[in-house]
Amino acid sequence: MSQTAIIAPKTILERLEILADAAKYDASCASSGTTKRSSAGGKGIGSTEGMGICHAYAPDGRCISLLKILLTNHCVFDCHYCINRKSSNTRRARFTPQEVVDLTLSFYRRNYIEGLFLSSGIVKSSSNTMEQLIEVARILREEHDFRGYIHLKTIPEADPELVARAGLYADRVSINVELPTVAGLTRLAPDKSATQIEGAMTSLKDSIVEAKDARKRFRNAPKFAPAGQSTQMIVGADAATDSDIVGRASTLYGSFGLRRVYYSAFSPIPDASAVLPLKRPPLMREHRLYQSDWLMRFYGYAPHEVQQAAGADGMLPLDIDPKLAWALQFRGDFPVDVNRAPRERLLRVPGLGVRAVNALIAARRQRRLHLADVGKLTVSVAKVRPFIIAEDWRPLLLTDRADLQALIAPKRSEQLELFAS
Amino acid sequence: MTPFRDMRIAEAFQVSLAAPDDFEGWRDVARRLVRADIPPDRIVWDSPADQSADLFANGDRRLPAPPADAPQPRASRDFLQLAQSAILHTDSSRFPLLYRLLWRLQAQPRLMDDKADSDVRRIDELARQVRRDIHKMRAFVRFRLIEEADGERYVAWFEPEHHILRANAAFFVRRFNTMRWSILTPRGSMHWDAKTLQEGPPAIREDAPSGDPVEDLWRKYYASTFNPARLKIGAMLKEMPRKYWKNMPETALIPELIAGAQAREARMVDAGAQDFGEKPTTLGQIAEAIQSCRRCEIGCNGTQAVMGEGPESAALMIVGEQPGDQEEMQGRPFVGPAGKLLRAHLEDAGISEEQSYVTNAVKHFKFVPRGKRRLHQNPTAKEIDICRWWIDGERALIRPRLVLALGASAARSLLGRTVSVQKERGVPHVLDDGSELWLTTHPSYLLRLQDQGRADEEKKFANDLRKVAARLSELTR
Repeated sequence: MSQTAIIAPKTILERLEILADAAKYDASCASSGTTKRSSAGGKGIGSTEGMGICHAYAPDGRCISLLKILLTNHCVFDCHYCINRKSSNTRRARFTPQEVVDLTLSFYRRNYIEGLFLSSGIVKSSSNTMEQLIEVARILREEHDFRGYIHLKTIPEADPELVARAGLYADRVSINVELPTVAGLTRLAPDKSATQIEGAMTSLKDSIVEAKDARKRFRNAPKFAPAGQSTQMIVGADAATDSDIVGRASTLYGSFGLRRVYYSAFSPIPDASAVLPLKRPPLMREHRLYQSDWLMRFYGYAPHEVQQAAGADGMLPLDIDPKLAWALQFRGDFPVDVNRAPRERLLRVPGLGVRAVNALIAARRQRRLHLADVGKLTVSVAKVRPFIIAEDWRPLLLTDRADLQALIAPKRSEQLELFAS
Repeated sequence: MTPFRDMRIAEAFQVSLAAPDDFEGWRDVARRLVRADIPPDRIVWDSPADQSADLFANGDRRLPAPPADAPQPRASRDFLQLAQSAILHTDSSRFPLLYRLLWRLQAQPRLMDDKADSDVRRIDELARQVRRDIHKMRAFVRFRLIEEADGERYVAWFEPEHHILRANAAFFVRRFNTMRWSILTPRGSMHWDAKTLQEGPPAIREDAPSGDPVEDLWRKYYASTFNPARLKIGAMLKEMPRKYWKNMPETALIPELIAGAQAREARMVDAGAQDFGEKPTTLGQIAEAIQSCRRCEIGCNGTQAVMGEGPESAALMIVGEQPGDQEEMQGRPFVGPAGKLLRAHLEDAGISEEQSYVTNAVKHFKFVPRGKRRLHQNPTAKEIDICRWWIDGERALIRPRLVLALGASAARSLLGRTVSVQKERGVPHVLDDGSELWLTTHPSYLLRLQDQGRADEEKKFANDLRKVAARLSELTR
C-alpha cells in the first residue's frame, strides 16, 4: 500500500469529529465510583464526588459524561466489527497528547464533562500507543493538577508495566473482551487473543487489589484505578446466545473483580466488513441483558437462574423482562407474603425493585401492610398483585392462570423495532 | 359581608421566614411552636417567594412563648435530612407539611419508617424532586468565558426549578475552586472570585454572555458521539427534559440529529447490503453477470470484467488478485507478464493446464491513469469482500479439491480476513466446503523484485507449487 496523496492537515474541529465518531461504539461513559476529590483549597482544577454526573444526553439515550475520544483512529489491527479496522475506508486523524489535554480542560472548565475517556487505535506498536495514552493522563494530572475523572482504555498487548502505570493516573481502566465467545473473537478479531486479554485483566485486578491493600496499611500508598476496571462485549455480531453471554459475564465479574460489564448491541457501521451481519440486533436485547446483569448484581440471582429465564434457544424473551420470565417459570415460589417474607424472596417479585423492598420492610415494622400500601410504594400494583399476599389480599388462582403473562406483560410497543423492515 | 369570626382566625399564627430556603429559620420557629403545643392547622407559613393567598393569612405574627418546662421536640435524623432538601421545593405546602410531620413525630417517633404514609411519601417526593433539580443543575450549567479587566471569568445563566442555588453553590466551589465564576438565575446569583462566595440579586438572561467559541467544538462533539443506529428519544427526554434545553448550546442540534438518524442508518445498511439475488447456476451466467456488475467502484470504471478460465472439472483452482492491463484488454486471465511467469512455474511443478482453472478475486481492473499507462492499484478489502459473491459462485460450480491463492488479496477473498501470506504459506487451510486452500505470493510480486531477493522468493514460490502438486496428486489419485 502506498501513501500517494499528501493530505492537508485537518483542523481541531474536523479531527474532533472523526475521533469522537470513532470512539462512540464504546458504551461506557460512567464517571462514578471513584475517590472523593476536590480543588477546594485553591489548587488544581476539578472534583469527583462518588456519584457521576451526566452532563448531556444524546438522542441515542446515552449519557454524555466524559469526553470520549480516540487519540488516533489509525489502527494496524483488522477487527471486523470495528469501524477503525485497518481495512476500513474511514477517514483517519490523530491528536497529539497536548491537544487532548487542552480540549479536555476547556470542556471541563465550561462544565460540559466530568473528565476524559481516552482510547486509541494501535499505531506503531501496542506499547507505543499505550505510552501516548499515559502521556495524556500524566500531563493532566501532573502539569494541570486535574482532579476530574480519567478513564483509560488499556491495550492488552502492551507492556504490563505500562498498563500498571496507567492505573496510577486513571480512575478507571478497562480492557474490552469484545466478544462473548472465543470462537467469535477468533473469527471477528483475528489479531486479538482471548488469553492475552484475560491475562491483562488478571494483572489489572491484581494491581487494584494490591493497591487497596497497601492503602489500608499506608495512608500515602499510591492509588491504583480507584474506580476499578470494566469491560465491554459486543452483542449480536456473533452467534452467542443470551445464555452464553450471561454465563460469560458472571465469569468476568467473578474472575476479574470487574465493576461493570457493558453490553453493546452491535450496530451497523459505515464501510462494514462483509463478515458482519448487516442488521443490528434489537436494542431491546441489549436492554434485557442489562436487566439480567442487574438481577445478578443487586437481586441475588445466580447466573444459572438468569439462564433459566431464557427460552430453549438460550435467548431471553424480548417482550417481558427476565425477572418476570423467571417468575412465570417458577410459579411455585409465589405468592410471597409482603408482611413476613424475607428480603431475598421479596426481591424476586416482579415489579418490586430494591427501593420498594426496602420501603416495604421498613413499613411492615410499623404495621401490617395492605394491598393499598403496596400500591403506594410501587409503580404498578397490577403487575405485582398476582405474586404477593398482603393483609387483605390473596391472589387465589391468579398465580396459576395460564394466561397470566398476557394479563401483566406490557402491551407490546411497536417502537421497539422502529427500523425493522 | 358578614365578618367571618371563626375561632381559628383569632388563634392562627402567621410565620414569615426570611427566605424560601431558610431551613434554620423554619426549624427554630417550628421547635418553639411544638413546645407551645400549637397544632399544625393553626399556623400559616410564609416566605418572600411564597406569596400566600391564604384566607387566614392575617393571623397573629407574635409567636406564643412555650411553657418553660415544655420538653425539647424530637425529630429523627432521616426527617431532618429530608426536611433540609424538601424545604428548597417551590411548592408552598412544604412548610405546613414539614410542621405536620414534626408534630406527628412527637407521638410516633418511628413515623418516618412508614413509607406508605401519605405525609411521609409526600416529603420523600419533594426531597427527591429537589435532589434531582440539584443534580441537574450540576449537570446542565454551561459556563461561558468572558475577559474582564482583571482576568477571565466563567459565567453561566441557569433556571433552576426550585430554591437550590444557595444549597448548590458549594459544589461549584469545590469543583471550580481556582476559577472565577458566576452563576446567574432569575432568583439570585452567586459569584466566586477564587476566594470568597458572594450572593447577588436576581438576574436576567441578557446579563450573561451570549456565546463562547468553544461551544462549536462542544456541539461538534455532541453530534459526533451520537450513534444514529440507535435512537432512544424517550430515554434522552427522561433524563434531559425539554425545560432545560433552552440554556444548553448543544440541544439545538437534536431535531436535525433525530431527523437525519434514520436516513443515516438506512444508508449504512444499504451500502453494506448487496442484493445479488439468486445464486448463479452456470459459469456462463457468472461470465455474463460480471460484465454488468456495478456493486463497487471498480465495477463502475468502464473496463471489461474478466472471467476465470479452465475446465469445469478442474481439481485445482488458482486465484489471483484482479485482471491487469493486458488481461483487461484481451478479456482473459493471466495473459500478461505475471501470467507467463506463473505458467512457467506450473509447468516446472508438473501441474498441467487441463487440471487447473485460473481466475481472480476481483473481476475488474483497478488502476490510476498515468499518461498513456494504466497503473495497477490494489483493491480495498471492501471491494474484495463485495466481489467474493462471484468467486464463491465459481467455487460452488467447479468444486475444486484444492485452491491456490496467489497473494494477500486472493487470500483475503477466500478466508474473509486479512492474511499475512509470508506467515501462513506452505501449510493447508480448510475452507468451508471442505476443500483445501494453499497460500503463496503473487507472481507479479516476484516480477517487482531484483537480483538475489527475486531468486530467493522464486525459490520459495517454486517450493510452494511443488507442495501443491504433490498434494494434488494425492487428492486426485
